[in-house]
Amino acid sequence: MSDPLPEREHALDLLHQMLRIRRFEEKAAELYTQERIRGFLHLYIGEEAVAAGVMATLRPDDAVVGTYREHGHALLKGVSAASIMAEMFGKQEGCSRGRGGSMHLFDAKARFYGGNAIVGGGLPLAVGLALADQRAGLSRVTVCFFGEGAMAEGEFHESMNLAALWRVPVLFVCENNRYAMGTALERSESETDLVRHAESYRVPARAVDGMDVVAVEAAAREAVEHVRAGEGPRFLEAQTYRFRAHSMFDAQLYRDKHEVEQWRGRGPIVRLQTRLREAGWLDDDALEAIEARVRQEVADAVAFAEAGTWEPVEELLRDVYTEVPR
Amino acid sequence: MSRTTYREAVRAAIREAMQGDPRVFLMGEDVGAYGGCYAVSMGLLDEFGADRVRDTPLSESAFVGAGIGAAMGGQRPIVEIMTCNFSLLALDQIMNNAATIRHMSGGQLSIPVVIRMATGAGRQLAAQHSHSLEGWYAHIPGIKVLAPATLEDARGMLPTALEDPDPVLIFEHAGLYNLAGELADDAGAVPIDRAAVRRAGDRVTLVTYGGSLHKTLEAAERLAGEGVEAEVIDLRTLRPLDDATIMASVRKTHRAVIVDEGWRSGSLAAEIVARIMEQALYELDAPVARVCSAEVPIPYAKHLEHAALPQVEGIVAAVRAQLG
Ligand SMILES: Cc1ncc(C[n+]2csc(CCOP(=O)(O)OP(=O)(O)O)c2C)c(N)n1
Repeated sequence: MSDPLPEREHALDLLHQMLRIRRFEEKAAELYTQERIRGFLHLYIGEEAVAAGVMATLRPDDAVVGTYREHGHALLKGVSAASIMAEMFGKQEGCSRGRGGSMHLFDAKARFYGGNAIVGGGLPLAVGLALADQRAGLSRVTVCFFGEGAMAEGEFHESMNLAALWRVPVLFVCENNRYAMGTALERSESETDLVRHAESYRVPARAVDGMDVVAVEAAAREAVEHVRAGEGPRFLEAQTYRFRAHSMFDAQLYRDKHEVEQWRGRGPIVRLQTRLREAGWLDDDALEAIEARVRQEVADAVAFAEAGTWEPVEELLRDVYTEVPR
Repeated sequence: MSRTTYREAVRAAIREAMQGDPRVFLMGEDVGAYGGCYAVSMGLLDEFGADRVRDTPLSESAFVGAGIGAAMGGQRPIVEIMTCNFSLLALDQIMNNAATIRHMSGGQLSIPVVIRMATGAGRQLAAQHSHSLEGWYAHIPGIKVLAPATLEDARGMLPTALEDPDPVLIFEHAGLYNLAGELADDAGAVPIDRAAVRRAGDRVTLVTYGGSLHKTLEAAERLAGEGVEAEVIDLRTLRPLDDATIMASVRKTHRAVIVDEGWRSGSLAAEIVARIMEQALYELDAPVARVCSAEVPIPYAKHLEHAALPQVEGIVAAVRAQLG
């Protein structure tokens, strides 16, 4: 049983948001092979429904903490495609002035707090951001995304316990794409039912089909409402799959092509498209109109990044400490 | 002037900060009901309540990271780690988050967190409770590292650290909490960007900080009895280092001995020697010497622990050797 589709405009917007991530990242991969983007590049392709579904439930002043696989989250939290692309080019017009790169996207105005490349490292930060809101009496929510690999880290357990003890307003979203680099879940967790880990800290938890954006949104909306109401943290496991390599350096020896093909067949974008067509809300022309908008956004982002400038080396030492006016 | 202790001076600083700014709160293991493992926060829970004096579970990484996150979210947390030995479990948060986020965000975010911890050896607690890690932390760009060694600094460094927009680590030598003396009734914030000359002299410069300051001052007194007037510099701030005060003294005395409770290899003492080489080599009349901890995990047995740490006799001997 699928959750009912939301109203038409919103359903089409979910498709639009997922396509923004997909096309943006396809372009990024291409630019990577051309060596315009360097460093590590972790693609989210296949997992778009998670970010799209969760972000649809947030307000602009809610906060997000992501991982190194965060282009999609940043984009949907309101960080501009242009500033993300420029960041990946290493240009000073990038959202982190070229100091962070793909893994460290930051945007204070959008309340997007990285871009954390230490597995598990973002969880304590999310607890702290939520604690700040709780102390200030603000009814804002902090959402923390991480992979299932992070659940074996001590920081996961410490953070769940602390968040639950102090009832801080955090939604923990585990993006279970079944592999931490090349290590399958069964090979890294003695208890593979991830929801039970969260429940052991008395954090209300549930799993959701992370390939179904409608289901993710419904589950996230319910969780966010409880969190915003001051009922403490929640945990959502989104069961998903990464279609591409872990990063651009990965021969994918740990899984067979057939498995990848099967998951691709149930990809989040195809899946929503099919439902929209069945509902009579989407035809080839309407889809092409969305694709054209996305193409334009991505092309503009690349043009912006190309036109961007290199920060002068004389500025190397800036932003290590805050400049205090004397 | 009033009689007080180092412990009470830190407590007075925390109390004043909490009274003055509702964003300030204290969190750490046993800071509340227990009163702090060194009794620094005794009484603060009753005075400020459990929202402002937060006992945390034994989760150094989570509560230090939460302090960083809360600072990023607009609060002014004071995070207490029982001792620097346990800070290793929070090293990821300190090094990979507190120290980097300002830079990685291209200057968008500041992390005004203060992290206090006890440091040092000397109480027969054996290797795992006797580390001096302030020199390690002083290696990291993006954080500031303080080592209050006097009542004035115990009282005054915290308010300045809280005003600072960036992460500040304060290392309180565990052997100093009972240090007693007179403190001005109006003692308050002190600068955290310069070293202090604690004793003037013209024959040799002794550079030190934290728990070693008092041993060094004692050594200087002994040397004075032999007619050797040593100048004693208390670094106070280990990052950024105040080179100017060190070099001014070396230019005057032409000799330097560094006293540092850290191990010799790759130490803060090594860094200071290097800076003297870079900036004042031709002023020297003798090679710079170091008195550091022996390269051994700090042993339990009293005589061995004593032998492993910088001591007054060793400092005096190093100065005599310098003078030839
Ligand atoms: C603390 C730490 N250990 C190891 C790594 C290297 N590493 C980067 S990503 C990764 C796998 C993480 O898997 P998961 O948390 O499931 O997230 P995914 O990459 O699947 O999105 C590893 C081991 C790291 N970045 N940080």
